[in-house]
Amino acid sequence: MSMAQKQTQQFVTIKGTKDGLNLILDDSCAFRDVINELDEKLSARHIQQTEGNVITVTLKLGNRYLTSDQEETLRAMIQSKQNLEVDRIDSNVISREEAEEERKRTTVTSVTRTVRSGQVLEVEGDLLLIGDVNPGGTVKAAGNIFIMGSLRGIAHAGANGNMNAVITAAVMKPSQLKVAELISRPPDQAGTAIHEAECAFVRDGYSEISVDRIQVLTKVRPNLTRL
Amino acid sequence: MGDAIVITSGKGGVGKTTTTANIGTALALSGKKVCLVDTDIGLRNLDVVMGLENRIIYDLVDVAEERCRLHQALIKDKRFEALYMLPAAQTKDKSAVQPEQMKRIIDELKQDYDYVLIDCPAGIEQGFKNAIAGADKSVVVTTPETSAVRDADRIIGLLEKEENIEAPKLVVNRIRNHMMESGEMLDVDEIVSILAIDLLGIVGDDDTVIRASNKGEPIALDPSSKASIAYRNIARRILGESVPLLSLQEEKGMFTKMKKFFGMRS
Repeated sequence: MSMAQKQTQQFVTIKGTKDGLNLILDDSCAFRDVINELDEKLSARHIQQTEGNVITVTLKLGNRYLTSDQEETLRAMIQSKQNLEVDRIDSNVISREEAEEERKRTTVTSVTRTVRSGQVLEVEGDLLLIGDVNPGGTVKAAGNIFIMGSLRGIAHAGANGNMNAVITAAVMKPSQLKVAELISRPPDQAGTAIHEAECAFVRDGYSEISVDRIQVLTKVRPNLTRL
Repeated sequence: MGDAIVITSGKGGVGKTTTTANIGTALALSGKKVCLVDTDIGLRNLDVVMGLENRIIYDLVDVAEERCRLHQALIKDKRFEALYMLPAAQTKDKSAVQPEQMKRIIDELKQDYDYVLIDCPAGIEQGFKNAIAGADKSVVVTTPETSAVRDADRIIGLLEKEENIEAPKLVVNRIRNHMMESGEMLDVDEIVSILAIDLLGIVGDDDTVIRASNKGEPIALDPSSKASIAYRNIARRILGESVPLLSLQEEKGMFTKMKKFFGMRS
């Protein structure tokens, strides 16, 4: 009986687009059923395929959540068919954990205080500090660091390795700047004071931290805009 | 019920003890009942600066360990009826007293005195924790030196974490006006801008302070000295009066920062 049901119901819909194949997988049946039907259909299709061009595949999962094991199985199965390559997997759902991580990554945490000598202020996303970082104080963020006051201590942006992270300060007089693994410190002979907001970032292809007027971020980090 | 004010700095040698002795003396001059408490166990100085060294019989550790009553350990000043001090022990170290014991002693003193001034040892360890245990307010003393300001900043951070202590106030000590004007020394505005707390007063570097200290006569007793006036002004600000800063710094726009005075927070 279950065999009969499997034959009548469509778990997999294949649609051709100009970018490749869209595989729309039913999200209410068992994962095993999807795999079996997909295997069957792709094998049949593959026979008709004459030319050797690689076809990119987009998987549309609907409201199905794939564990990393299941995703592996699915990719391996599709990749095993000649000419097919999985380009993207779209799902409407993510796990609570992933959602929480995403939230932390994209949250801007605003804090108003003075980070004083010996104090460390650390956040998981971006940090918006409404106040100063005094000499001997440290601010650290997995994302970007925006300081509305004076930065006289240490700022470490992209603490988990994000080289695109930036540091901005209304008054940039840091004792050290860090972006991901890179460290820079101002020259021992302090230059003339610039009384305008500045930013620090790593230019593409460079392995040192640049400091510039804050306005250059518009060009070098346009994705800071989240409108 | 009086106020307990801890006088601290982080760094040593910036003038905590001198400041304690002189603010205490100036408050006593204004007719307040004042008790000075030296918490620098093992390195006591306050008794020397006050000229009361040879009157010590019992000390802070004796009180904490209940070898004597609190009033037995208090030494009455030779000049003022209403000025007392509780000396530290010289033979023990900071761990001889626990913060809870300190708090109990300070609470008891607050019953009888208008102001209890606590002289804090240098550092951020046990001695500091003891000194701030019973305090309601705090004064941070610094000098116009980068290292002293750095330590003051650290101390302010620690004080701000204490829920029972009001936001600290700043005293900038040992100002040398000519060096500040020539830019060789941090100026008061710069210090206040970094530390971002209210300024309680500034005291110039004055030979008479050292001379008086060595004689065991707090400079605040001598009205002809500029430092004396500075300490008296600090005491008046603690009492809630508005007193402008000494003339030296007036042109530098410090007035605005002086509007909030000690004990007038809402």
